[in-house]
Amino acid sequence: MSADRNGHRVAVIGGCRTPFCKAGTSLKALTSVQLARHATVELLHRYELDGAVVDEMYFGEVVASPLAPNLAREVSLLPQFPRDIPAASVNRACASANTAIAIGHDQIVGGRAAVVIAGGAESLSDIPILHSRRFSDILLKASRARTMAARAKLLLSVRPRDLIPVTPAIAEPSTGESMGQSAEKMAKLNGITRREQDEWSIVSHRRAHEGTADGRLVDEIAPVFPDAGEPVDRDNGIRADTTIEQLAKLNPAFDRKYGSVTAGNSSPLTDGASAVLLMRADRAQSLGYAPLAFIRSHAVAAVDPGWQLLMGPAIAVPRALDQAGITLKDVGLIEMHEAFASQVLSNIQAFESAAWACEHLGRSEPIGEVNRDALNVMGGSIAIGHPFGATGGRLTITLANEMVRRDVQFGLISVCAQGGMGFAMVLERT
Amino acid sequence: MTRSVTVTYDGAIARAVIDLPGEPVNKITKGMREEFDDLLNALAANRQVKAVVLISGKPDTFIAGADIDEFTALGSRGEAHDLVRAGQELVNRFGDLGKPVVAAIHGACLGGGLETALACAYRVATDDDKTKLGLPEVQLGIIPAAGGCQRLPRLIGVQAALDIILAGTTLPAVPAYRRGLVDELVHPTILERVAFDAARRLADGWRPKRRRATVRELVLERNPAGRGLLFSMAAKQVRKRTGGHYPAPLAALRAVQQGLRYGIEAGLDMEAALFAELAVGDVSRELVRIFFATTALKKDPGASDAPEPRAVNRLAIAGAGFMGSGIGGTAVAHAAVDVRFRDANLAAVGKGLTAARRILDQRLKRRRMTRPEHTRRVALLSGATDWSGFGRADLVIEAVPEDLDIKREVFRLIEGRVAPDAIIASNTSTIPIERIATVTEHSERVLGMHFFSPVEKMPLLEVIVTDRTAPWATVSAVEFGRRMGKTVVVVRDHPGFWVNRILAPYLNESGRLIGEGVPIDQIDRVMKAFGFPVGPLTLIDEIGLDVGHKASHVLVGAFGDRMRPADGLAALVADGRLGRKNGRGFYRYEGSKRRGVDHSVYAAFGASTPAEVADGEVERRLVYPMLNEAARALDDGVVRCARDGDIAAIFGIGFPPFLGGPLRYLDRVGIDQAVQTLEGFRRLHGERFAPAPSLARMAADGSRFYPTTS
Repeated sequence: MSADRNGHRVAVIGGCRTPFCKAGTSLKALTSVQLARHATVELLHRYELDGAVVDEMYFGEVVASPLAPNLAREVSLLPQFPRDIPAASVNRACASANTAIAIGHDQIVGGRAAVVIAGGAESLSDIPILHSRRFSDILLKASRARTMAARAKLLLSVRPRDLIPVTPAIAEPSTGESMGQSAEKMAKLNGITRREQDEWSIVSHRRAHEGTADGRLVDEIAPVFPDAGEPVDRDNGIRADTTIEQLAKLNPAFDRKYGSVTAGNSSPLTDGASAVLLMRADRAQSLGYAPLAFIRSHAVAAVDPGWQLLMGPAIAVPRALDQAGITLKDVGLIEMHEAFASQVLSNIQAFESAAWACEHLGRSEPIGEVNRDALNVMGGSIAIGHPFGATGGRLTITLANEMVRRDVQFGLISVCAQGGMGFAMVLERT
Repeated sequence: MTRSVTVTYDGAIARAVIDLPGEPVNKITKGMREEFDDLLNALAANRQVKAVVLISGKPDTFIAGADIDEFTALGSRGEAHDLVRAGQELVNRFGDLGKPVVAAIHGACLGGGLETALACAYRVATDDDKTKLGLPEVQLGIIPAAGGCQRLPRLIGVQAALDIILAGTTLPAVPAYRRGLVDELVHPTILERVAFDAARRLADGWRPKRRRATVRELVLERNPAGRGLLFSMAAKQVRKRTGGHYPAPLAALRAVQQGLRYGIEAGLDMEAALFAELAVGDVSRELVRIFFATTALKKDPGASDAPEPRAVNRLAIAGAGFMGSGIGGTAVAHAAVDVRFRDANLAAVGKGLTAARRILDQRLKRRRMTRPEHTRRVALLSGATDWSGFGRADLVIEAVPEDLDIKREVFRLIEGRVAPDAIIASNTSTIPIERIATVTEHSERVLGMHFFSPVEKMPLLEVIVTDRTAPWATVSAVEFGRRMGKTVVVVRDHPGFWVNRILAPYLNESGRLIGEGVPIDQIDRVMKAFGFPVGPLTLIDEIGLDVGHKASHVLVGAFGDRMRPADGLAALVADGRLGRKNGRGFYRYEGSKRRGVDHSVYAAFGASTPAEVADGEVERRLVYPMLNEAARALDDGVVRCARDGDIAAIFGIGFPPFLGGPLRYLDRVGIDQAVQTLEGFRRLHGERFAPAPSLARMAADGSRFYPTTS
């Protein structure tokens, strides 16, 4: 159990998020800063919070705009808050918002803060497109040139190929391998079939659809009102009608000949933001808030990115469970980030494998059986979408809300991230 | 005696500090003029002094202008002429001292203050928000007459000067600098140093470089033909804007023209002559009265023995329709408060948010707001379909459809949600607040905030209080209304409140005139000529015929036949004519364009043949019902005093300001005269013209609404 020196735990009071929309669709006109601010303003209203009680803010963002490199500070400068709330942006790839929440937790436990807003945002519609290095060099030199002639001479040295823009790719700088290629490799190494991946994807969409239809997912969404166009209050990547036959027709994206990872069993590029309100338990009580859950533990891990890139969770999860003093059997609900169906299935396989436990954890017993009915009960990132920086907030909100609905004592969050990293967090109800 | 100007010396530079004793701001008084006279002569004679820096000792004003009290005390043209000559002589002295004077400007530099600065050799101003420069004289019905009409056009160009002088514009520091009113803009901490440096350099013979004339100026301003064209265009524009009711702008134009044609001396003569005439004229006298009344009203907390107003930092609005979004957008634009909307569905919330954002966009476009400030304020707007956020609000304004049952239901929901010390206001224009408040448990925090449409443009707010409204709630709502940029009048909860009550008989009568065969365009033309911004039928088209019709039910219910509209109105509404909003009213519309009178309207009012009615008769038939109702409503205690009633009529209806408001106008025409006119109409047209009992009483005992003033 994690608590400060007076024994006060860290409460998850609540959270909300923007709808998650495929990049280039409904939210394309908004920057990540705007998305994060929107989620935060809505959080403020939903929890009727006085902005002055907030001590710190942490937000995750992966592909930050050079125009607003510290997204969190832009959020904490919202006019609803006093201007003296410190804020930092963090990047642990797909686990960025989780890390923001974990830092918020640590600040509270360490006695440095009592109320923290943590979350994350990503706009993959608004990614920075860069000039070639050579062109940048010429521009910089030209701006420093003393004479017009020198400047003209420099600018005349630009060649057409220098003007080709550079788009950041979702690839490992250390290996050059793209995320999808890694997922493909994992499917092959762990013997995950195309059919298994597609079936997982169908479940993800079906459950997300149910969660939307019965309002559970809609409840956590702060509708966005774009300057032009209709209000958006739903995630727009969820497809209720997808069939296994349709998915089977899709071409593998990363190994055209022998591959099994397709657009249909991977998470899409997505825009969105999330914000979570954390409070020290006694502070929550004095302000009159009823916590959804408490943070019991969290842990991170990393593996060699050149090996199985997305296996980090299979090391982070046992660490978090150990810290929490519980086993996987005690966990009533799991929210696992779905980067790819092949990764989800590989992670589950490792959780249940004695060989994995022996080889990587130095223990004889596997981490534990994964109850499929308690895993991603409202679907996952494959269906709902995956704004890199924001997903961790969604997982936390969805899990905490559903723990209340099902009256579950322990809930687990498991997230794989670029760089071979994994993140895990255990929430508890009472 | 404490002096208003003190001089200290720093080497060859004299520093003259203006600090009028016992006053919050500097203004040019008789005493100050005399002091300056001696002082400037002494400085001129002192051979050690090479230059002078003129600076204010007040924290936030340079010189706010001439002393208005001196000018309202003027009894005759002769006196006015003497006053303005004395002012001119003083101001001239700053320019012909034989040594340069540098004006170091921080804070308000207006009217005579700017004219003084203009006579100086060099002007340095601070880039502070408090620094404002302008010539607002025409707003008081007079003209800049201490050389402002001469020196400004010579400094910044004729067109640019006319833009400022003819509209009485006040500019913040940055635009004033851009237009060349000041030579340098600096941070307040270095104002004095920079002014001293300039004074030293000027003393050494330096001549500052001023901006060069633009091509447009060369063509239009630097030759007689171009200037002639420019002046005739300006005169035409002024006539169109003033409708011939306000002589000051045209007079200012003449003074500028005279000076450019015959030299600065002739220009100053003309300024003095025109000022003397205007200063004792009726228009200026009324405008000055209104200025004082408005100023007094701004300081009026809105309730007697009033507690301190509570700050409103968070506003929640139930209903994101046209009014709700207008209130929210205006509140964010002016008061930068947090605004939360609630409406029944997402589309309505989205529409309201967009409309509110447009108000901010407009201000960005007109450069009234910087882009970062715009971004900051847009973030203050949010909305939902549930009542989330209402618990944070200091003030909740209900702006749902005008239906008692709906409003009651909404009030119940609001009260169940808000903090115990939040104020709950209804934006109703017709429903008595008391009838809505009965469903609440704590009616002491319930009041009305009657905004006018469109909210961002209409300057008036009626704060409606019931017998149970607590003074703290009243003063807090009044204070917040002012922060929203509104002129606020506290009105008692009585059917129609003030504005709509006095407006109704006037609008009703316009319908009866149509029934008698008076052409629609004649009615509107006559009332525009009287001084209203638009005629009554144009106004009904703008308000919406259905809205007017609905409101008349409430008024007829409360006051009976006197408030009954002409039958034609109901017929038009039944026919689906709603006014401009659906393109069909008394006029026809195509898109946003008006296409002339809709002649089929006459039949609805039972007018078969056009009637010839003299303009004067039309005017009296329409104005007197309004005057009469104003007297009744004042007698009912709807407004607290005649001043409030008149200001509300001017700002809420556009009652001609130069006539001073309906009650002041009754004083002017004479109460006995007014009673006679009403009696005459009563005999010819019926009981609705019966003079208000208070008028009959006042006519008998010879009292007035404003007994103490001229």
